[in-house]
Amino acid sequence: MKDKKVILITGTSKGIGKYLAEYYCSKGHTVTGCSRKESEIKNENYSHFSLDVTDEEKVKELFLHIRKNQPGLDVLINNAGIASMNHVMLTPLETVKKILGTNFTGTFLFCREAAKLMRKNNSGRIINFSSVASDLAVEGEAIYASSKSAVVTFTKVLSKELSSMGITVNSIGITPVNTDLIKNVPAGKIDNLLEMLTIKRLAELEDISNVTDFLIREESRFITGQNINLGGV
Amino acid sequence: MRMITTEKINETIYNALDEINQLLPGEKKIQKTEGEILYGSGSRLDSLGMVNLIVAVEQRIQDELGQSIDLTDEKALSQKNSPFLTVKTLSDYIASLLNN
Ligand SMILES: NC(=O)c1ccc[n+]([C@@H]2O[C@H](COP(=O)([O-])OP(=O)(O)OC[C@H]3O[C@@H](n4cnc5c(N)ncnc54)[C@H](OP(=O)(O)O)[C@@H]3O)[C@@H](O)[C@H]2O)c1
Repeated sequence: MKDKKVILITGTSKGIGKYLAEYYCSKGHTVTGCSRKESEIKNENYSHFSLDVTDEEKVKELFLHIRKNQPGLDVLINNAGIASMNHVMLTPLETVKKILGTNFTGTFLFCREAAKLMRKNNSGRIINFSSVASDLAVEGEAIYASSKSAVVTFTKVLSKELSSMGITVNSIGITPVNTDLIKNVPAGKIDNLLEMLTIKRLAELEDISNVTDFLIREESRFITGQNINLGGV
Repeated sequence: MRMITTEKINETIYNALDEINQLLPGEKKIQKTEGEILYGSGSRLDSLGMVNLIVAVEQRIQDELGQSIDLTDEKALSQKNSPFLTVKTLSDYIASLLNN
């Protein structure tokens, strides 16, 4: 893989995705981002697409754009995600559809289209975002945690299907980090979750880019199908 | 809209086959003829080769004919006779998608 990479990140209007987009732009990589809202990122290495990750037509247009304008695609980071906490008995079906749609279907669509591009160069890195909420089976997060478990299983199967094309597929199990995603979760609930970790603190954004850096490194070509949990779960 | 000819579609398929053949050893290379078997017994392609071929054909139809088609929608998968059997059946199937 080259020094300057072509990187696609989903969910870049705020939070972890915005941080990662700015981080990789600042290192001189070419970053394409997307989210439903516009992006505030102003960097000559960055281009933005306003789309919903579940909109197949728009997603295909984005990939066509990359195929026409870039030498290939080196890295996909499937970060876009939504959460909602509720007791199962109080969870509307519409919420279930939305969470599975964004977290799982969106991840599937981007992986499928990215693999079509990456196969040409016989190399590529796909990084999906899961959550420690899956392994910890956190009460109140049944649908969110399940959607992330689906991402982990999908990651493992996909890693096998793409291995002969030189593409690795891994996921990162993220622990609570201060973004809008958890701003409405009562502090007590977050504290309870942190208590379940081996290292009992919130994640820093740098804890996440450390793992994405590691997975993107040329030397990590022998690591695939893994879910790497932060915080020691 | 202008009809896209069989010749043009076959040429696109053959270009995709050139791409796939680059990855295959001599005896496994796919012939560029209408009768060449692509799928099922008698095909030289393994399942991954088939996946690569379908994706390569879709991308070339987009690039060379400027049209976006989905070769693996539910319709293709539910046909009694697979549209991927030979170069000719694939070409006919693409023509039906493009010209309808
Ligand atoms: N923060 C945490 O504590 C935590 C913990 C575990 C896992 N994670 C995971 O980390 C990832 C990022 O979370 P975050 O904390 O950065 O959340 P965030 O601050 O809420 O940001 C989420 C991003 O995803 C985008 N997005 C959401 N739905 C979308 C859709 N349908 N189509 C396109 N873009 C969409 C949002 O943009 P728009 O609204 O503009 O579309 C936004 O840019 C998620 O996968 C999340 O599950 C986070």
